Amino acid sequence: MKKHSSIGIVNYGAGNIFSLTAALKRQGLRYGMVNRPEELDNYDRIIIPGVGHAAKAMGKLKASGMIDSILQLKKPVLGICLGMQLLTDYSEEGNVDLLKLIPLRTLNFEGRIDLKVPHMGWNTIKQVNESELMKGIPQETYFYFVHSFYIEYNPKFTVASCNYGISFSAIVQNNNFYGVQFHPEKSGDAGELILKNFSTI
Amino acid sequence: MEPTFTDKILNSSTLAKRIIPCLDVKDGRTVKGVNFINLRDAGDPVELAWQYSQQCADELVFLDISATNEGRKTTLDLVKAVAEQINIPFTIGGGISEIADADALLNAGADKISINSAAVRNPDLIKQLADAFGKQFVVVAVDTRFIDGQNYVHLNGGRLKTDWETFKWVKRAEELGAGEILLTSMDYDGTKNGFDCDLLSEINLNLTIPLIASGGAGNMQHFTDVFQKANVDAALAASVFHYGEISIPDLKKELKRNGICTR
Repeated sequence: MKKHSSIGIVNYGAGNIFSLTAALKRQGLRYGMVNRPEELDNYDRIIIPGVGHAAKAMGKLKASGMIDSILQLKKPVLGICLGMQLLTDYSEEGNVDLLKLIPLRTLNFEGRIDLKVPHMGWNTIKQVNESELMKGIPQETYFYFVHSFYIEYNPKFTVASCNYGISFSAIVQNNNFYGVQFHPEKSGDAGELILKNFSTI
Repeated sequence: MEPTFTDKILNSSTLAKRIIPCLDVKDGRTVKGVNFINLRDAGDPVELAWQYSQQCADELVFLDISATNEGRKTTLDLVKAVAEQINIPFTIGGGISEIADADALLNAGADKISINSAAVRNPDLIKQLADAFGKQFVVVAVDTRFIDGQNYVHLNGGRLKTDWETFKWVKRAEELGAGEILLTSMDYDGTKNGFDCDLLSEINLNLTIPLIASGGAGNMQHFTDVFQKANVDAALAASVFHYGEISIPDLKKELKRNGICTR
């Protein structure tokens, strides 16, 4: 059995992390806050959380001085919700260039689907590529989503898709960079398993 | 090829309709009776919340009816305890009148806040909250009553009539940045005769944000009706769940049997 590692949470002032740390605690996972670039070295896994507006969050991440170090990371990195979108090339939310760690675009639901926005509630995901994040998660498991922008579907980088008027990426991966659009900390036992899986990748 | 409208409806059907138990809390304890088996302490909101999360409730709403500042502080500790121990989303409402209140609740781990009277008295609060925390954080609760052929928004638990016609207020709240509407029909609340499907349906047709139905749930058929007739996104109830008259797993099975998408 692999020893559980320690997770650094990038603390750049975008969104509430209380529920995330609570979920990690419930899983018995060790974590700490990353406030400065050099603190990224203190952990062997990194989570980038995020709630709010893409352009504003990107601004805050820049202001934190951590971008160059994040781009160099070779350890597993998990972006959650807006934190996942920051890993992509670009977002229509504020028309902003992002970290370009996953070569996909973040697009607006509005104007593309005839359904209510935000996409809010429990929706199923469908695994389309292998990933250690999905270990033990059956097809069509429900996760909790709250978002108005989505990452486009891509047969190479999409690990699991979700359907809301359109198929989009619920989970993405490019090398050591992972992202989940839903909130694992609010998605019941399945969400907690995703966090646990991330801790043993 | 462009998807047809029917395709879009079918494609959307994997988003589950939500079932939301509502708990009244005062000074950090649940009030109103609960009649659950295997509950060590029926007044402990965290234990109740945990029971509901295990029963596959999709979300929880806590309504803080504390009258004093001391009581509200205790509620804040409760919000923290819930966020620490419960792995489904929850909303907290009651007594939120300014950004600082909402900020404290967000930092304590609340996923959403619900505002009612304060929004009617100061509609700009909706916009301020949406700008500060995102519209997904802002639920606008609307209590409505039918008087002389019109639906009017009411405050103070339905006791105080306002001049706002309900449809107009709901649209205004949406424009200002509400992320969700929680509509309670005072005429139906407590009757156990079913939700106000006609009103909910009419409001829902004009909304582009999710609508939660509240007031009137008495049996499982009422939930089927409100999802089928009004196509609301979620249904909220209190006593039928607290007294064990409807078990959430049974309800979900019944809804599924009726072709309604549930988790």
